[in-house]
Formats: sequence, C-alpha cells, structure tokens
Amino acid sequence: MTEKHLLLGDEALALGALHAGLSGVYAYPGTPSTEITEFIQNHPLTLERGIHSDWCANEKTAMEAALGVSYAGKRALVCMKHVGMNVCADAFVNSAVTGANGGLVIAACDDPSQHSSQNEQDSRFYADFAMMPCFEPSNQQEAYDMTREAFEYSEANHIPVLVRLTTRMAHSRAEVRTIEGGPICQNEMHFPSEDRARFWVTLPGISKVRIKELAEDQYKFRRDSEESADNLLVDGPDHSLGIVTCGIAFNYLMENFPSGCPYPVLKVTRYPFPVALLKKMTASCGTILVVEEGQPLIEERLRGLLYDEFKGNGFVRVKGRLDGTLPRTGELNPDLLRAALGMEPLQVFQAAKTTVPRPPALCQGCGHRDFYTALNNVLRKYEGSRVFGDIGCYTLGYMPPFHAIHSCVEMGASLTMAIGAANSGVWPSVGVIGDSTFTHSGMTGLLDAVNSGADITLCISDNLTTGMTGGQDSAGTGKLEAICEAIGVAPEHIRTIIPLPKNYPEMERVIEEEINYHGVSVVVCRRECIQTAKRHAASAKAK
Amino acid sequence: MNMKKDIILSGVGGQGILSIATVIGKAALEDNLHLKQAEVHGMSQRGGDVQSNLRLSTEPIFSDLIPKGECDLILSLEPMEALRYLPWLSPEGWVVTNSAPFVNIPDYPPVEEVLEELRVVKNVVVLDCDAAARSAGSPRGANMILLGAAATALSDILDPKKLKDGIAAVFSRKGSAVVEANLAAFEAGFELSKK
Repeated sequence: MTEKHLLLGDEALALGALHAGLSGVYAYPGTPSTEITEFIQNHPLTLERGIHSDWCANEKTAMEAALGVSYAGKRALVCMKHVGMNVCADAFVNSAVTGANGGLVIAACDDPSQHSSQNEQDSRFYADFAMMPCFEPSNQQEAYDMTREAFEYSEANHIPVLVRLTTRMAHSRAEVRTIEGGPICQNEMHFPSEDRARFWVTLPGISKVRIKELAEDQYKFRRDSEESADNLLVDGPDHSLGIVTCGIAFNYLMENFPSGCPYPVLKVTRYPFPVALLKKMTASCGTILVVEEGQPLIEERLRGLLYDEFKGNGFVRVKGRLDGTLPRTGELNPDLLRAALGMEPLQVFQAAKTTVPRPPALCQGCGHRDFYTALNNVLRKYEGSRVFGDIGCYTLGYMPPFHAIHSCVEMGASLTMAIGAANSGVWPSVGVIGDSTFTHSGMTGLLDAVNSGADITLCISDNLTTGMTGGQDSAGTGKLEAICEAIGVAPEHIRTIIPLPKNYPEMERVIEEEINYHGVSVVVCRRECIQTAKRHAASAKAK
Repeated sequence: MNMKKDIILSGVGGQGILSIATVIGKAALEDNLHLKQAEVHGMSQRGGDVQSNLRLSTEPIFSDLIPKGECDLILSLEPMEALRYLPWLSPEGWVVTNSAPFVNIPDYPPVEEVLEELRVVKNVVVLDCDAAARSAGSPRGANMILLGAAATALSDILDPKKLKDGIAAVFSRKGSAVVEANLAAFEAGFELSKK
C-alpha cells in the first residue's frame, strides 16, 4: 500500500529509515540536519518499537554508539550537519575499516552558502577518502527511497553508507509516496559472522587485510553505481555539450527545460562516480559542464592536475565552478544555470532601493544579552583582555551593540583558545561557551586547563537547552557545576549567577573576582532560554 | 490545463509565515496539486529576514527555488520584506503585503518610502494586517488576514473554500475556538482586499 505525505527532505530520509527497520537514531542537533532526528522522536513507530532516539553529547559519541548497534546486527542511523563530520571523522573513517554488520547509514546535511554554518565543506569528500559509498538524492521522494536502499546496501556489502543532503533538500517540503507493509520490523540481534568478526579489531595486522579488501570492493561499488537506476544517462539531440549533475543540481538544470534538456544529461545521485556512464557521454560530447551543489569534487577529477598548464586534458573540455561558468562558492539555483548555459535572464524587476539587511539578533529578554552587558562592563576596566567565543546563539554577541567576542571557530574552541592565549601572555583571557557546546566539546579542554593551571576564566552561558537549533535537550542540564568540580576546578572558583538587569552589580562583582584569580575559574551564568520558557509556559497552561 | 503558482512568503523570523505555508500546502495536497516548499530554519529565525518559496503546479516541479522573474505572488507580513524579493517577481505578478513595519533594526528606512517603491508593481494590495487582526478580534491572526487578502490572487489555482478547509485542518488540534478565530481573520482579509 502506498501513502502520500508532505515531507521535508530531512523527514523523508527519517521515514525511509523507520520503514527500513531502524533500531536507533544517534545524533547531535545541527542545522540543517536537526529535523531528521526530531521526526523520528515524534513518530508513533518510535514508541511502539522502542527505537532509541535520545540526543547524544556530540557527533563522535553518536557515530560510535551507532557502530555498536551495527556490531550487534541491528540497523542504525547517525545524523549531523556537515561540520559534525569533522567531529566524528575518526569514528566515521574507521567504520569503513570495521565494516558494517547491521545496516549503518550516516546522514550528513551540507550547508552551501552557509545559511547557518561557519563553512561550506562538502561531505562527499569524506565518503570518498573513507572509500565508502555515498548516496545523494535529488528530491524528497529519492531521499525516502534511497535511505531504504542504503540500509539494504550497507548490510549486503558490509559497509556503512553516507547519505548526503544539502540545505535546500533538507528544508524543502514535497509530496512523498511511501511503501507500507514491507519488511519494516526491527531486525534480530546477531553478531558479526565468523569470517568478519576480527575486522572489528583494527590492529594493524588485521586492518591491513581489511583495507586491501575494501580497496578491492571499490570496483564492485563502482559497478553497482553504474548499473543502478539511481544514476541515469539521458540522451539529447545536441551533442555540443554534455551535462553532469550531482544531487539537487539536476533540478536547477531541468527547471530551465520544462519540455526536456536538448543536451545529454548524466544525473548522478550515487557514488563512487559512475565512470562508465561518463565514458558513454564523452564518446560523443567534446565539452562537459559539471554542475555540483557543493565543492567541485567531480570537476577537479575530470580536469586533472595539469589542465590549465596544457590548456585542457587532451580529450574533453571541462566547464563548471573552476573556469567561472558557475560561481566558485555558494549554492546553485535555476538562474545560475541559465547564465551558465548562455540563456537570457528572466528577471524584470531590479533590486529595490529602500531595502536594508536585517541580520539575526539575540532575542529581546535573552539571558545571553544580560551576560554580555555585565561582561563588557567588567572588561572595560582591563586593557588587553580577549574573549574567545564559541558556537551557538551567543555567537551573535559579536554583533552590535555588544561587540563582546573576538573569536568563534568551531565547537569547543573557546576555552582551549583561551588556554593558548593565556599561555602566550594574554590577560584577562576569557572563554564564553554555551551549556550544550560545553558538554559537546568543552569538557576535555577544561581538563587541559586544570592540569596546566591555565590563567583563564570560563563563562558558561547556560540557557538549559540547545537553543540555536530550536531548543533540544542539553546533555549537561543540572550537572554543570558537578562536572567542573569533578574535572578539578576548585569549588570556590565555580560561581553561579543569574543574568538579569537587576543582578548586574552582583554579576559584575563575581566575574571580576574570578578574572582576578590567577587560575582556572568557571562562572556559570544560568537562565532559561526565553523561547523554550515561552513554550513551557504555553504547554503548562494547556494542561 | 497546465497551471502553476509560484509564491514567495516573506517576513521577519517569528511572524508566522510558515503557518501560511502550511495552510496553502494542506489545501494544495488535498487538491492533488504538485508542491514544493523551501523553508528557512536555524539562525535566521532569530529576528532576521525569512522567506519561504512555495511552488504549486498541476505538473511535476523540478526546482525547490523559484527562478528570478517567475514569481506569481509575493505574500509578505512586512512591507520592506515584500520589496526584498522584487527581482523574483514576474511582470504580471502580484504583491500582497502587510503595511505595518516591523522595526527591529536601527536603519529601517522611512516607511512611506517603502510603500512608495511598492508602486512599481502593477498588481499590489497593501493593507494593515495588524490593525485588521485586532478589529477582527484575533490579534495574533495577522497572517490569516494576509492569506485572506491573497485568496483572490490564488483563486485560479486554489478555490478560497479549499483554503478555509486547510485552515480548519491545520488548526484543528488547537481547538475549535482557534479554528474560528483564524477563519474569521481569513474572511476579514478576503473582504478588505476587495475594497
């Protein structure tokens, strides 16, 4: 029986996983991936089958727990935003070495144009160097179908599979037809077979054998890619150009040709790259346009290293992001494809003259605001102070009127950069981190600070939630002071304040005292996120 | 007959453009139209400009994003946010917008200049949805006032009655009082747009 749903790309992927017999989803929130896990958390099947769906402390713990599920012979999904791939990279790359027992699918959501991210790295590179197959659905229906397929493929080939979405797919809704009544029950627990059990111990002597096998498997993976209906070569009458599209880039191309593209098109949604299909195209097309939503992974391969030196690679002319046919960075759209194909723009109205940018800002009444006001008031008294910020809503403390932080790099870098700066003579050296970011990647850094006696002040701006991504549970709620004390911070230098305008004098006194203490001190600044507070008040009223 | 309607919904994070999209989406799905709806989640929702590209068609839709010059209707809860998407509007396209400015930035332009520039568009409906919502007895219903005001511009692909069914379906879990308030706001917007 098929059923029609209106689903985000994230939700389509999640439902595909549920219908594939998922036993657990393991994830840390991150835009644009958060809705995958939330959909599973709220789905009736999750309660019915006892599917694990609690948030994890970070992407590495998530990836490792999922690998444990796979070891036990069950199906697991790991979800994260693209930069989460950096956090779990060790576990991710080595999961290709152990291989999968139960189906293991990793969903990475990339953010080209950086709508909510610090960079636009392309997760296909991770699959490529881990020698792992990568599925890149081009629409919501494929996100559902290919996720189901990915679990099957993972189990049949003893290999985890990366499913890559980008922002526009993750956060766009379309109708999806689902298939009920298939084998959707949870699979039975079973340990790795006798011949594969040793591969789960990556001692060099063993993993050398496995990596040889994995390298051999690449031929099979590629053949499967070439033979799969997921990769499609459609001929066209005009062979002056051949177009390769990856993932959702296909949609932006076809938007410009409602009655069919005149050029041959190779639609790629699955890697390793289907070279045999490309060969068919280059047999008659001397120029290839590569359209990738993300970094020019395939385009670079096709050009080769000496392309510019020799004015070509000797067999085919390659157009794309590297020769300026398409922009080098940023997400694609139908208009960029029009321009790349030399078609006239459709635009008639010019940009309005009276519009000004409206950047995001901390909410009115947010505790981070009061914290930054107090911190700024204190630091005004010290020349040469530096504040190392972190990832979360509170990164907006860089914006006017606060101008309160001097850095923001990645999850956890606040306090560890503060350590390095303090070692180099910066004083006061202050770290600012949120509660969820602290438990994600800050605790080990705090241990470094304690062990080296670094002269830093760490401010944990605790809003009791993972705020930026919409208010998910935060792993450290109710435990922050105990964690800091257990790590070795002196109890008298773990201070807690409540960020409210009426408390400014006390907040400033506490912050100043801890800055003047030449050692590791932690100031926990705690007040609930006003967005989650509003929600909690509304649901209490409803009861 | 082939028919399409490309809509840009715009406003400021937190104003409620996504519930408009949900209602139209529900009505379109019931009507067996094809639909794609790209939303903005994450950091921009913190008081920044937000938009949603909503595409309806009797034929399958490829792109989640509307090409520039192809948008049939800009539906905006804020006048300057309506102007932001002018490059996407087709020459025959409609703008239906709230006239009440949402001022959360220091350099917001004089509102009369914003409203003046909207006149470059041939088909434009400007009305104070905030005030209309208050007089309709539904102070939080500005978004349904706006949807009501756009019902005529949408009517060649979606019957206004289908939109009302959509409102009933989307808000039903919040109780009949909420459904009634939203329907009243929709009706009020529909009537105001005819004036």
